[in-house]
Amino acid sequence: MKAETPRPAGSGFGEAIMVPVRLAMGLVDAPLRWVQRRLGIGGMAAFFLLPNMLIFGIFVLLPFFINFAYSMTGGTALFLDDRTFVGTDQYARLFDCSNYIDPNSCTEDTFWTAVGNTAWFVVLQVTLMILFSLITALILNRELMARSFWRAVFFFPVLLSPVVVGLIWKWILQRQGLLNFALYGFGFEPYTWLNDRNWAFAAAVGVSIWAHMGFYTLILLAGLQAIPKDLYEAAEMDGTRPARAFWRITLPLLMPNLLVVIVLVLIRAVQIFDEVYVLTGGGPGTSTLYLTQYIYETGFATQLRNPGLAAAASILMGMVLVVLTLIQLGLGRSSEKKGSRK
Amino acid sequence: MSRIAAFIFRRKGRNGWHWTDIVTWIWLVGGLLIMFGPAVWLVGSSFKSPAALAEFPPTILPYVTQKATVEGYDKPLDLYDATLPDGSKAVLAEVRRIGVISQMVDPEKPGEIIKVNISQRTPVRTMAFATTNYTEPFTQFDFVRYLWNSVFVTVTATLITLVVNSMAAFALSKYEFRGRTFAMLLILATLMVPLSVIMVPLYSIVSALGLFNNLWGVILPTVATPTGVFILRQYMLTIPDELIDAARMDKASEWQIYWRIVLPLTAPALAVLAIFSVVWRWNDFLWPLIVLSRKELYTLQVGLSIYSGELNVQWHFILAMTVVTMIPVVLVFIFLQRFITTGIAGTGLK
Repeated sequence: MKAETPRPAGSGFGEAIMVPVRLAMGLVDAPLRWVQRRLGIGGMAAFFLLPNMLIFGIFVLLPFFINFAYSMTGGTALFLDDRTFVGTDQYARLFDCSNYIDPNSCTEDTFWTAVGNTAWFVVLQVTLMILFSLITALILNRELMARSFWRAVFFFPVLLSPVVVGLIWKWILQRQGLLNFALYGFGFEPYTWLNDRNWAFAAAVGVSIWAHMGFYTLILLAGLQAIPKDLYEAAEMDGTRPARAFWRITLPLLMPNLLVVIVLVLIRAVQIFDEVYVLTGGGPGTSTLYLTQYIYETGFATQLRNPGLAAAASILMGMVLVVLTLIQLGLGRSSEKKGSRK
Repeated sequence: MSRIAAFIFRRKGRNGWHWTDIVTWIWLVGGLLIMFGPAVWLVGSSFKSPAALAEFPPTILPYVTQKATVEGYDKPLDLYDATLPDGSKAVLAEVRRIGVISQMVDPEKPGEIIKVNISQRTPVRTMAFATTNYTEPFTQFDFVRYLWNSVFVTVTATLITLVVNSMAAFALSKYEFRGRTFAMLLILATLMVPLSVIMVPLYSIVSALGLFNNLWGVILPTVATPTGVFILRQYMLTIPDELIDAARMDKASEWQIYWRIVLPLTAPALAVLAIFSVVWRWNDFLWPLIVLSRKELYTLQVGLSIYSGELNVQWHFILAMTVVTMIPVVLVFIFLQRFITTGIAGTGLK
């Protein structure tokens, strides 16, 4: 990023737009000089920090703390002071099961279905995502013609919105869609994939991998490119087999990046919602209902909405995410230290 | 020796075809098809008429059956190339179909009904792009409205993000003050609180502020991005403090230092953040879905998902609107992809 040199702001059009902005910013200066005289230079730091912190405070920290209070209350009222205190009833309700393996034995059977689905989703998606993005990164790290083109190919879906991703694939998996068309060429009958519980689940996993794979490939590729080439040259001179070079050089040196990517994929997979919601709507039945959708629907979308229950469920999910994020930050720090030691 | 040769081929791939070269090219070409294919198929489908969309097997390019108005019939009739019982060929219009027999007329001589077995006729088709898929949503649905809402949210949120984040980054990189580490940690901590965890109480706060069903309710909670503060701060740390000290000597106010000196020097990082912010805000879905319940306030993403979730999905409109929704992001991809990939590789943000 630092390699980028700022372009000279020479274009007439750009200059023209900047004129009113310049004027406005100049007008702001006079009152701010007064503020600066009152606060001192150090106080101006607080001034610059204030807007960002205010927004964080109101829209992130405050809800974060209110969430705990919310999860201790019942009823359908929106504002906290209209809600009745119920203690840990919501949590008790979530955990009220006679057999934890079987979601149907629970009071909140959809919650446990969502938990089970999410767990399966995370296991499958994270494994396959790492596998595919690692293979792609290894391939892109070879001496390729037009490498940046191929990198862009795999990166393309990352920028698409989840709604667009969901709709593209919903259209392809339709009865008269592209997949059936391709299979028809091999003599298969058309099939409505998204009406089949197992195929819908597979589609959710596959589509989310399709959409996000390029992002992780990019991080892994950056890690691969940071591995000094002379290590491979030395191995080559010693007659090391390629497979051995991979296990002994590539993988250990890529490990810090790989761990960070694994945790990132995990964090995202636990929260999976958007593209699957558009693709399957959680269906057929509850076969692709995941935690975030459960929280969303319990909190807002259904007639029998219960924000307290949704808050309790979101806190449980949040606890998982906090643990994962702490691991990620720890990993990031340790890999940074390693980097600086080199 | 052969092992060494294999090793050389694996890495150079110039002197012959190693199996890893074959795997590489299968993977790359397969990737090209799988990554771009679906989007290309979407764009192709978006130009098909509803009748063509319902067909199976589908055609790659948009075709429509030609129709002809025949004297004595109210509706235009489909044209077919038919082989007549006597073996001659003619272009006929189909009146109705009974079982495997199609009743047809010659458009030139509409009086006489000709019966043709349906296996003896093929529709006359020409390629036609159903551009009405694109034009009609603008009049039939509030599509212009959604487009405007999306543009408004994206532009406003990005501008505020740039100002607010750069101010915070300036404070955190160029001032020594008590609680600086705490502020940094606080910002870091917000990474741990994603929307999916706080959506219920956030909804009540936004409602309490009177921002429910208000585009500002979509914009404000998103603008103070922790990742934005981070990239800007990292960049500002590389700006030499001597510049700022010199400006202070020249009686520049702190605001002027921020606005006239630090911001212009941070331009590359601001550009990266601006690109990210535009993509983030354009693609936002769950939060607008929660905050906006009035139709005229929907953003493109929300409008699309609502219409595509209806029982009777009008796919020809949905596909065209999806393409329109994709355009800004595709433009970013084509022209600014380099900034994004270097941004991700450098900071690991998304």
